[in-house]
Amino acid sequence: MNLKQFIVDAINDSTVQVFSTMLGVDIAAGESSVETSAPGSNDGVVSFLGMAGTWVGNGSLTCSPLLACRVCSHMLMTETSSVNEEVLDAVAELTNMVVGGVKTALEGQLGPLGLSIPTVVYGRNFKTRSSGTAEWIVVRFLWDGEELVVKLCLTPQDRASHPAMHAAAQNCALEV
Amino acid sequence: MDSDVLVVDDSAAIRKILQRVLRQTGMAIRTIYEAGDGQQALEVLESNSVHLILTDINMPKMDGLQLLAALKAGAIWRNIPVVMITTEGGEAKVAEAVRLGAAGYVRKPFTADQIKEKLVGILEPALPL
Repeated sequence: MNLKQFIVDAINDSTVQVFSTMLGVDIAAGESSVETSAPGSNDGVVSFLGMAGTWVGNGSLTCSPLLACRVCSHMLMTETSSVNEEVLDAVAELTNMVVGGVKTALEGQLGPLGLSIPTVVYGRNFKTRSSGTAEWIVVRFLWDGEELVVKLCLTPQDRASHPAMHAAAQNCALEV
Repeated sequence: MDSDVLVVDDSAAIRKILQRVLRQTGMAIRTIYEAGDGQQALEVLESNSVHLILTDINMPKMDGLQLLAALKAGAIWRNIPVVMITTEGGEAKVAEAVRLGAAGYVRKPFTADQIKEKLVGILEPALPL
């Protein structure tokens, strides 16, 4: 099984479904890639959700402040022009549902996985790093010209407990 | 008779959406109480009677399964129907919720129709959609 492609499909399916159901928006499937280098600086909103089980990792959602406000407006049916608590909460819940959908799809392949509580960061010129992570699967969606990036990294639990060795070996954790 | 409902979710966004969706179902609902976790839910129940609880599973402090277990373990609230609304769609969580006595299970993302379908038979419908 090509787990990378499975994850890309799961991210696409989950994101499209969540946007359609909760925001009433038809969003097209996104372009996918694999990132192995450290991400550059971020501006905007990033929301994280941890996964744990026999495999461990993180799911994240990144977007501009404009798109975050748009998510909030569609989800809660309230007009919002600046990033506030309500906007951050809406983005956190969007992440919870998108990554939760991916997690549910993955459980059929990888066994039970648990989800953490989402954490949302809003700011300018900040960097994020997940300890021991070698690869991120990245899917980029476009909504009226604004980009929404969904990322997922996943590693077998035994490799995650030895991140330095795993990184040095340059093994691909996602081919099973 | 109009019903009182308690919505339990750590996300204010989801609580707000559920408020709207519950009103959209056309069911006879009088008051919708809110709580941000299981502990807050128990505090709300100390001073209010409700006919239905909708709860998330994945919450800080006391999660939805712990809340469900606490409700079913006591004599006062054990007969209140509890519907789980959550992203935790795995079979293990569903089985655990059923084992603990959940009246139903709705997976996020959800539509108003899905919520109504689950609540028919639990709450009296006031008006058709």
